[in-house]
Order: sequence, then structure tokens, then C-alpha cells
Amino acid sequence: MTVTSSSPSYQKVENSQATWTDKVRRKWTGWLLITLVFGYVVFLIVIPILSLILGALKDGIGASLSSLNQPAIAAAFWNTLWISLLVVVIHGVFGTITAWVFVRDRFPGHDLLNALVDMPFAISPVVAGYMLLLLFGRGGMLAPLIDSLGIQVAFALPGMVLATLFVTLPFMIRELIPVLESFDIKQEKASFTLGASGWQTFWRITLPALRWGLIYGITLTFARALGEFGAVLVIGGGVQGRTETATLFIYRALDERQYIAAYSTALLLGLFSLLLVVGSDWLRRKEH
Amino acid sequence: MTTSSETTIPSGKTEQKRTHPWGRWALRLIAISYLVVLLVIPLLVILQDALREGLGEFWRQVTLPPASYALKLTLWTAAVMTIINTVMGILTAFVLVRYEFPGKRFLNGVIDLPLAIPTLVTGVMLVILFGPQQALGAWLKEKFDLSIIFAPPGIILALLFLTMPFVVRSVQPVLMHLDRAQEHAASTLGAGGWTIFRRIILPPLTLPIITGALLCFARAIGEFGSIVIVAGNIPFRTQTAAVYVFGEVESENRLGASAVSIVMITIALGLLLIANFLRLRSNKEST
Repeated sequence: MTVTSSSPSYQKVENSQATWTDKVRRKWTGWLLITLVFGYVVFLIVIPILSLILGALKDGIGASLSSLNQPAIAAAFWNTLWISLLVVVIHGVFGTITAWVFVRDRFPGHDLLNALVDMPFAISPVVAGYMLLLLFGRGGMLAPLIDSLGIQVAFALPGMVLATLFVTLPFMIRELIPVLESFDIKQEKASFTLGASGWQTFWRITLPALRWGLIYGITLTFARALGEFGAVLVIGGGVQGRTETATLFIYRALDERQYIAAYSTALLLGLFSLLLVVGSDWLRRKEH
Repeated sequence: MTTSSETTIPSGKTEQKRTHPWGRWALRLIAISYLVVLLVIPLLVILQDALREGLGEFWRQVTLPPASYALKLTLWTAAVMTIINTVMGILTAFVLVRYEFPGKRFLNGVIDLPLAIPTLVTGVMLVILFGPQQALGAWLKEKFDLSIIFAPPGIILALLFLTMPFVVRSVQPVLMHLDRAQEHAASTLGAGGWTIFRRIILPPLTLPIITGALLCFARAIGEFGSIVIVAGNIPFRTQTAAVYVFGEVESENRLGASAVSIVMITIALGLLLIANFLRLRSNKEST
């Protein structure tokens, strides 16, 4: 620093030269970097997506549509849809309560439970399904209880709902916690002071404030539930016409070399969950 | 975070007491039982199952040749993917934050697509593109003797696709808020672009880069849907840990499935906890 101030004129000359060559070089590296990144993303993401579209429409739209026109696919999509909807509703209710309790309440084990919420992100779906199989499968720990109640969980739809609940657990809670943290508690208190009941306060004050967190949490939960494969495969077994979801159908169709049907179903499922995510993103951008 | 909630609790409690003495307890009970039923019980059951014949037997199951091969394959493919996506993720975030160019919004949008696409569908995409019967796959095989599908490169490609957003989205916000004055000062003092990048830009990004990389790695350990499609289920060749567990469940080797599951859970959970810890620390630093 002292050197610069002792010889200002000399420094200045060298500097203007440096910025000139620097500018040219920076422009060069800039375009190089942009091309590199663009190339990478196109190669890694765009081309595979295009190849799925082309693969599904290889024999023409008519062929892929008629390949989709089989009862197994309708049944599989139906299973996927209602499992996902049920999971969204359950997480919508219990996830909101849990997020609220985490932010507004302290109790022993609070931090441990809060850390555990992220576990499903780290646990393989296969392992998630297998855990449920250990609980409810033949010789499982809860099997006697379940049998006496006459409910079948393993290799049946209730088990698949549980598996999907497990893998999608974090989304709702993780979306809502930051919203609740930034939400001003004074409004809730004011509402109490004015004589509103807890339920009224929640319905009129807390819920509207949480709207975007809820919408985003629901979208992520839904998209993840639609695409779940490993966990429902292990616990559900993928029995055709009974426990087959859209992803399990794709898996079976590939195995049976029904390529056009497999690719078309994959395209349909991908489009569906893509529209969901893009749609809620668009809604959010429109409001802000 | 802790201070704000600590100050709100006492007053909140009195409000609740006046209106609903048991309301808060009921909510707390609901939240805890929801998490215990869905998370804690399944975890305890698999832990108990893996250790039911003792630690020696647990270790023997993990070190069986196909099991240890599957674990090693999982770890090294995840590591290769993490290195590639960390470098490319930094570059992508840098390009998105620092340059204006046509197609920037498109690029920014495309990066999030992998999060919205089911992983099984990702596997199908790669099979269509690189499968041995497909034009590109056949050409690569003939020209370079390179198999992608049913081989480790396919696993790495699938993992690269799935985890592309993680490093980018973890680095981007920090890079956006960096103070440019330091860079201008360094450039005035005659530092070159690379020196500026290494000495000024990179240091504050270290934490978000590590967090993003850990998330990539943790996510890759358990991946199943795309890998079972892309790599198949060939022991000692393309069987990753998740696929191995699936095979052992199917063939009713419970102990082996549980033991390898526990190893996977431990690795991924450890990484996730470190990533969370780092994220909390960087949040504290930035506020």
C-alpha cells in the first residue's frame, strides 16, 4: 500500500494497460465459461429429456397413445394418484401441526426430533420400504397386531401409503418452518387479545400467512409421491392390477420389452410432475 | 433463531393457558407421535434387526464379497459424481450470477428440472439415449469400446443428473451477495482473473460448496430408481448398495439386507448432519 502511494503516476499507467488486456481476456474466459456450462447442462439434462420425448413418439403419436390405452396403465395411474393425494392430505395436516410445534414450542428432545425430520432425505427408498416390511411383513414385529385387526399392510395399498408418507415426510415441515419463523407472532397475540379462539386465530391469521409455504410444501410432496419407486416396490411388490403404481408399471413394461408403453408412461408421469412444479412456481412468481 | 423463540414462549404459554389449557399439550403430543410412528419406530426396528445376531455377524454380513463390492461401488461412483458436479456447480453458479447472456433464464430454469422428474424416469431417459441398441450407445461401444448402460458410467451419469441442482443452488445465493469492491481492489492492485477467483471469490464460498457437495454425496448413497434401470442388477459389476439390499430382501436374507441398510443410513446420515451443521454456521456468519 505504501509502495502504491509513493509512485502514483507509474502505477496509473500500468493499471490502464492491465485493465485493457484484462477486459479482452475476461470477455474470452466469459464466453468460454458460458459455453462450457451451457454444454454441460444441455448434455446432462436437456438431451436426455428430449430423447425420452423422441423415444416415446418413435412410432408416431398414434402408436404411443394406443400403447397407453391399456387397463393396467389406467389402474396404475389411479393408484399413484390417490396414494399421492392421501399422502398430501396427511402431511398437510400433521406436517403443519409439527412445524408449528417445532417453531412455537420447546420440549425435551425438541432438537433431536427436529434433526430426525431430515432423515428420509438420507435414507434410501429401498431401505424405507424394507423397514416397513420388517414391521408389517411375515414374522414382522407388528404383524400379529395387524393380523388380529384383519388389515393387510405389506404387499397391499396401506403399506404403500405408509412408505410414501415416510419418503415425503420432510418437505412440508421444511417448507413451513422458515415461514412460521419469519411470521410475526404479534398478530396471533392480537387476535387472542381481541377474544378470538385458538381455532379462529389459526384459521384467520396463521393459515393465510402460511399460504405459500403450504402450496410449495404440497407441490414438493405431491411431485415426490408421484415419482416414488423403490419404497413402494419393496413394500407393495408391484402386483399387476393390485399394487402397481405408474412407476412400477414402467419398471414391469421395460422388463416385458413393451418399450413404447414404458417410454410413453414415463413421459406422461414426468410431464405430470413437471407441470405441477412449474405451475406452482409460476403462481408464486405471479403473486410477487 | 433460538433467542427469538425463547422470548416468545413464556408469553405464548400464558395466552394458551387462558384459552386452552390442554391445547398446546395436544398439539405437542400429535407432532411427537407423528414423528415417532413414521420415523423413530422404523429406524429402531431395522437397527435391532441388523444387530440381533451380534456385532460379529453384522460385520460378517457387511464384508461378504458381494456386499462389500456393492458398498465400494456406491462410494466410488458417488465420489466421482460429487467431484464433477462440485466443479461444474461452482462454474454454473458463477456464470449465472456474473454474466448476462441470451438463454440465461432458460439455463436457470433447466437446472431445477431434475428435482421435478421421478428418478425412475431419469433412468429411462438415459437408457433411451445410451442403450446398447440405440444409435449413440452403439456408436460409443464400437468407436471407443465404452459401455454406459449396465456399467459404472451409467450410474455416474444418472447421479450427475439427479444432483445437478445441489451445488449450484447452495453456492448461487452466497455468490450473489459477495461484495465486489474487494475484487475491484485486487484487480487494481494487478491481480489476474484466476488469482482473484482463487484468493477473493472462493474463500467465502467454501462452506456452501462443501454443504452442496455433501448433499450430492448423501443423496447418491441411497439412489435406487434410476440405477436399477441404468445399471441393472449384476453382482460384482453394477450392483450398488441399494440394489444389493433390494436383492437380499427379495431372496429373504434379512440379516444381510438390514446390515447393509444400516451402513448406508449411517454414512448418509452422518454427511447430512455435517451439512446441516455447516449450514447453520454459515447462516450465523451471514447474519
